[in-house]
Amino acid sequence: MSAQPTVTHKKRVACVLAQFDTAADVIHAAEKVRDAGYQSWDTHTPFPIHGMDKAMGLSDSRVGWIVLGGALTGLSVAFVMMWWMNGVDYPTVVGGKPPFTTPSMVPVLFELTVLFSSFAAVFGMLGLNKLPRHHHPVFESERFRKASDDKFFISVEAEDPKFNADKVRALFEGVHATFVEVLEVLEEEVEA
Amino acid sequence: MAYYAPLAALDEAHLVAPGSTLAEVTEDIASVTERTAPRGWWIVFLGALSLLGIFGGTVGYLFYRGIGVWGNASPTYWAWDITNFVWWVGIGHAGTLISAVLFLFRQKWRTAINRFAEAMTIFAVICALIFPGLHVGRPWVLHWMFPLPNQMAIWPNFKSPLLWDLFAVGTYFTVSTMFWFVGLIPDLATLRDRSTNKWRQRIYGFLALGWRGSNRHWQNYERAYMILAALSTPLVLSVHSVVSFDFATSVIPGWHTTIFPPYFVAGAVFSGFAMVMTLLLITRTVFKLHRVVLMRHLELMNKIMLLTGTLVGYAYAMEFFIAWYSGNEYERYVFVNRAFGPYAWAYWTMVSCNVLSPQVFWFKKLRRNIPLMFVVSILINIGMWFERFVIIVTSLHRDFLPSAWGMFSPTVMDVTTYLGTMGVFFTLFLLFIRWLPAVAISEVKGTMPQADPHFHGHSERSHSEHDAHESAVGGDLVPEGAE
Repeated sequence: MSAQPTVTHKKRVACVLAQFDTAADVIHAAEKVRDAGYQSWDTHTPFPIHGMDKAMGLSDSRVGWIVLGGALTGLSVAFVMMWWMNGVDYPTVVGGKPPFTTPSMVPVLFELTVLFSSFAAVFGMLGLNKLPRHHHPVFESERFRKASDDKFFISVEAEDPKFNADKVRALFEGVHATFVEVLEVLEEEVEA
Repeated sequence: MAYYAPLAALDEAHLVAPGSTLAEVTEDIASVTERTAPRGWWIVFLGALSLLGIFGGTVGYLFYRGIGVWGNASPTYWAWDITNFVWWVGIGHAGTLISAVLFLFRQKWRTAINRFAEAMTIFAVICALIFPGLHVGRPWVLHWMFPLPNQMAIWPNFKSPLLWDLFAVGTYFTVSTMFWFVGLIPDLATLRDRSTNKWRQRIYGFLALGWRGSNRHWQNYERAYMILAALSTPLVLSVHSVVSFDFATSVIPGWHTTIFPPYFVAGAVFSGFAMVMTLLLITRTVFKLHRVVLMRHLELMNKIMLLTGTLVGYAYAMEFFIAWYSGNEYERYVFVNRAFGPYAWAYWTMVSCNVLSPQVFWFKKLRRNIPLMFVVSILINIGMWFERFVIIVTSLHRDFLPSAWGMFSPTVMDVTTYLGTMGVFFTLFLLFIRWLPAVAISEVKGTMPQADPHFHGHSERSHSEHDAHESAVGGDLVPEGAE
């Protein structure tokens, strides 16, 4: 074994967080952040605000396509299952009806389509949102607890190519932010 | 959840007591889970636990002796258990109607009651599933209902409505639970952020999945929620339709009826709303939720009960008409026997509770009378139980051959199983209102004036400079970016 690696903890700026008091302020500020050309940024609100998608310049959600995939899967699984089980593998004649018959398949076709679509909607949504994720720089802020109560936040992350903490702070201060803070996270640096 | 148009423009009343702030709404709803439980809660909870004990005892005895402990016997092999199954499933339906159908119709008033009603759906479906689970008689081979490979190499018969029912109710339970949980995520985050002790923070934090109110998340979330609502709407209609197929696809007079699917769905919504009303009135009083559950909400629910009760009344009348019009003597006999035979008392209890009692809601004054609506909601719960009893027992006890006729009488075990599921339901429900937000916090906020990006805080103490700037813009509908 080589020498014991040295681990040092260093603080790193992770994001700049601004607090706003009203929905109007945050949507207005979001437009400014969008126009300033930032990429890795987000708004945090206690409820969805109408018009925010446009203010942030977001493209349409892709959940619907995932659900379509789920629906088609559910429908095919149900069809193949019933056809193979009752029609091929062990045909049974009940009530004089043919072993493989489509009209009586309708309820189960429908139910499994709905079931698979719903799974696709829920897990598709979580997947697109990269949730669960229990750690995020914004949680470093004590004030951020109000993001699920009555305050509105915008965060610009350090990963953004245009990121400059002072410039972001100045931008927020010009758009009625009631509080701006720079959030730091501890980072491990390992030297061999 | 695009609740954005100003109330004035839509000529709508406030859905939350006017002047309430966002923080007050959070506090009102979330603090219920943080305070020690009020005495009323403990009293009801102990009652529910006692019933749960009765349930445990009954089921234990039933597993020991077999389902012969129930009164089911020739010719009524389906009796109380299936009545209870249909009754509980029906109760669940109002939850989905409120959460999904009213959502699609943009009925914003639903936000006061939807969480509540969805929880009720899940618990009612759990209670419902208990009955067929017990009724099969051999609970240790319950998995044979599912299409699983087994030693006999045989598969379930997919032409059987009973199997459709398994898929329908199973899907319904799964989808309702997911829908409920998705709705809870932002509110669990609220509870996490408010928590002052480590365990609350850990548990709610774990369940909230790290939700941080991100708009990039809200976008997918709202889309997924809308799709779930759109899927649940036909689903809920399908579930009670499929339940009605259990009867309608048979050849028993009184069951073999094409009106059954819509008739069952209307009855389900009717009974579900009645149950929501019963529970809501109690919770609203015990936990003082008067700021979010307004008289307006109660009145709207009473209107729905009036509508669905009348639809059910129409179905009762139409069944009689078709029985006469069909010219089928067995069918005619079943209906004459229902109204004037040995179970006439059950039939007329059903008619008075379901058709007559909601008619009081034609009058605005009575529609807004809380004690009266409580009584009517209980009557409807009773009436809808009798509806299923009448359909099942009166059709079976006298069918084609008079030599095969008989009477059904329930045993003590029938009664205790039924009361026991009440215990299951109320225990789960009381735990829910105690530990989870009983009203959808983020959705209620979304209906408030503060949620409108064009609202410029009269009740909020915002900076005066900003107010001055905004009053120049005015409350028009032009987005601010478009100026």
